[in-house]
Amino acid sequence: MIINGEKQTLLEPVYLDVFLKREGYQKNRIAVERNGEIIPKSEYEKVIVTDSDTLEIVTFVGGG
Amino acid sequence: MKQDKLVIGGHEFDSRFILGSGKYSVDLIKAAIENAGAQIITLALRRTNTKDAANIMDYIPEGITLLPNTSGARNAEEAVRIARLAREVGCGDFIKIEVIHDSKYLLPDNYETIKATEILAKEGFVVMPYMYPDLNAARDLVNAGAASIMPLGSPIGSNKGICTKEFIQILIDEIDLPIIVDAGIGKPSQACEAMEMGAAAVMANTAIATAGDIPAMAEAFKKAIEAGRSAYLAGMGRVIEKGGSASSPLTGFLQD
Repeated sequence: MIINGEKQTLLEPVYLDVFLKREGYQKNRIAVERNGEIIPKSEYEKVIVTDSDTLEIVTFVGGG
Repeated sequence: MKQDKLVIGGHEFDSRFILGSGKYSVDLIKAAIENAGAQIITLALRRTNTKDAANIMDYIPEGITLLPNTSGARNAEEAVRIARLAREVGCGDFIKIEVIHDSKYLLPDNYETIKATEILAKEGFVVMPYMYPDLNAARDLVNAGAASIMPLGSPIGSNKGICTKEFIQILIDEIDLPIIVDAGIGKPSQACEAMEMGAAAVMANTAIATAGDIPAMAEAFKKAIEAGRSAYLAGMGRVIEKGGSASSPLTGFLQD
């Protein structure tokens, strides 16, 4: 899979919320786009990510 | 006391100072916000790989309205994408549209900005577009559903002041939305000048971030913005083009 432009291997499909928790992301600080589509937070428990997915995981940083 | 609220998209604010959070330590954010008296803080949206690093949202006091920008967007489509992602983080509907594809002067693309404003306003965002001060483009932004207009004073990060003064004045006089001078304001006196002109608010980041003492400069801006607003509400004294006009009585001189 590709996360934020970087290749990573996902051994088996996993629910998005499980994946994010495992990777150490805080749900209330991020937004996730999968294959170009935003996944609403309410869907994290229903969406399964696979090794063929492209994810963008974004957060807020300082800016003007 | 008479109420003097800044109203943006139906939301009321007492402060007329929108503070940026870029280019300085998150450890200073709280002090800067408090000293600025700011109620709206701008942020940017970026990829996160550093999962355990400090998140800026942990440093922003509760009750502050977050105004994410679409920095990095080079066209309307990218701005819309960033705006939707920013809303999904879950901190409200405010969005500052910033569409820039010129890396030398960082000037905004008004045409793409109008397109993004139209799309996002229809989706319920409170859209605050950053723009080059052009009356026709500003009218298009109003029609597209903008909640305020944010014309630039001078190029982003330049601290040069309000180089576009005459054109911002036209927007203040002609556009029936809050005009918020954004970008280029480098000193409290320039923030005060914008407010004296009748601007609804001032947005500053670099002027604070590059100051010697960041919280102290935030406070200096706060005072300048309040002074400028008070002066505007008081109604400026007139200017006479030639000669002088005595301030003291012209009668009762000792030699009479």
